[in-house]
Amino acid sequence: MTALDTAFAATALVAVAGGLLAVTTRHVVHAALWLVVALLGVAGSLLVLGAELVALVLVLVYVGAVVVLVLFALMLTRAPIGPDLEHAAGPWRTAGAALLGAAVALLLGSVLLPLAGDPVERADVSSSQVAGQLFGTWVWPFELLSLLLLVALVAALAVSRVPREASTRHPDDAAPAPEASATTEALP
Amino acid sequence: MIHLAGPYLLAAALVGLGVFGIAVRRNAVLLLVGVELVLSGALVLLVTTQAAGADRWAAGSVIPLFVITIAAAETVVALAIILTAFRQSRRIDLDEPSGEAP
Repeated sequence: MTALDTAFAATALVAVAGGLLAVTTRHVVHAALWLVVALLGVAGSLLVLGAELVALVLVLVYVGAVVVLVLFALMLTRAPIGPDLEHAAGPWRTAGAALLGAAVALLLGSVLLPLAGDPVERADVSSSQVAGQLFGTWVWPFELLSLLLLVALVAALAVSRVPREASTRHPDDAAPAPEASATTEALP
Repeated sequence: MIHLAGPYLLAAALVGLGVFGIAVRRNAVLLLVGVELVLSGALVLLVTTQAAGADRWAAGSVIPLFVITIAAAETVVALAIILTAFRQSRRIDLDEPSGEAP
């Protein structure tokens, strides 16, 4: 056990514990908040593995944007404050899902573990090297990525826009307009 | 020096947890939590290949950045669709039969 192994084990434990609580908790808002813990653990693991740029982008984009978006969506879909008993899965379904998850994890682990031989020297790739490659070798996929983000933004706006006649389908709905504007504000 | 068994086990555990979350959740928004866990397992695996041996194109750092960006775009579109469905039928239960909307 080297220092890197110990540090990796600690961050991996945080990631797995956060992930386990994120998928098992009954409180819907707690699920999104435990996802933050799990993603921070994953970011720490990536830091130990020597990819500090990826770790920082993970924290910025996932923890900073995606989880906030998920929390917004939970609020807009009227998530209950206490435990969500309305959407609770039955015991058979939980057992089946646990079996499926364990089978996937065991299969992946049994395929990957024989590939891990002796301890290796960690290769260091500096951020300036990554930047040079990103704007050299990978520049066209990178530009395509910006186009993809634009398409996703426009598509999300187009999907969530309510036509006039469709918004009057629910007379009991007091205020559909604030919901629509909140959706479009949450998207960027 | 680092053992590669740790990252491999972490990736397998994260993917397994994500698949469990996708299969067990009935709330459509919380389904995305499982998807994020599966994707983070893939990220760990990609970065591990770089830690084991760097290539000259820095692919072990660049491809995870692409994965993160595409996952963010996917989440935005998925949440827009879920919110629109919620506005139309007032429910986000994935087990609900689709023809039953009021």
